[in-house]
Amino acid sequence: MNSAILLSADNIDFMIHELIPVNFFGTTVYITNSHICIAIVMLVILGFGVVAHIKLKHAKEIPHGFQNVVELIVELLGKMVSGTMGKWAPRFVNYISTIFVFILMSNISGIFGLRPPTADYGTTLALAIITFMMIRVNKAKHQSAKEIWTNVCSPLPPWLPIWAPINIISEIAVPISLSLRLFANVLSGTVIMALVYGLLHFIALAWPAVLHVYFDLFSGAIQTYVFCMLTMTYVTQACTSENDA
Amino acid sequence: MLLDITGSDLIRACSAIGAGLAVIAGIGPGVGQGIAAGHGASAVGRNPGAQGQIMSTMLLGQAVAETTGLYGLVVALLLLFVHPLD
Repeated sequence: MNSAILLSADNIDFMIHELIPVNFFGTTVYITNSHICIAIVMLVILGFGVVAHIKLKHAKEIPHGFQNVVELIVELLGKMVSGTMGKWAPRFVNYISTIFVFILMSNISGIFGLRPPTADYGTTLALAIITFMMIRVNKAKHQSAKEIWTNVCSPLPPWLPIWAPINIISEIAVPISLSLRLFANVLSGTVIMALVYGLLHFIALAWPAVLHVYFDLFSGAIQTYVFCMLTMTYVTQACTSENDA
Repeated sequence: MLLDITGSDLIRACSAIGAGLAVIAGIGPGVGQGIAAGHGASAVGRNPGAQGQIMSTMLLGQAVAETTGLYGLVVALLLLFVHPLD
């Protein structure tokens, strides 16, 4: 990293490192440290899921201990989804809960010394593209072509599509702004923590915990909530046709 | 010699200045979040019972308003760490 201005001290490190080269149809791509971190996060979530599955096989009427925790998580997520999506909630609660748990675990993995997988633009762009596809597919499913065309020409009447390019650009901007918001928030936390540990490493004793609580826990949780909330809002909007309302 | 500056040095210096200018974008979200927090406080004052809902709405709006400032941050980081001409 000789090109970076900031890195006059060598121990500042928040970059993505290429670890293992892999030959992929003739091009060399790399297994990076964000792949490793994403695998660790996924293993933790999978482990929790397997344990919960085994434990809930003999679930009791009156919840106790671990069963309580699982029920609390499921209830909270279900309440959040049904509060925003209304009658569409049962169809999307699984997906929204999945990305909520995944993004939350990714964001707070910075506490455990990993590089958060959401601080890699690839991860957040993939999540945002899934949201975009959900919006498009649900729009095509629930709204007629005439209605979609009227919405595209929105402030002007449908026979005068002067405004259409601007509306199309604003719909393409949805996944970009969703992904950049999550990415930049997590990345800013990662950069600031790297600067604290790199430049102030001889006085960085115990007090960076406060910064971890803010940048990893608080900011990570808020951004997770925002991402899921916006996904739910967009999908609900796409599902709702003006004819049923 | 004072003026022993190569082209890539000049580019680096200018991108550092540009990165500094790019994070001025933080002013906008600061003002916006302040307005949201002020209105949230007055809403809680008028209706203390709805504090939880006001709080979550306010935080959601603030997090969305923060995005434009973060675009500035992304531009600054790109200017600092990506040097295509070196």
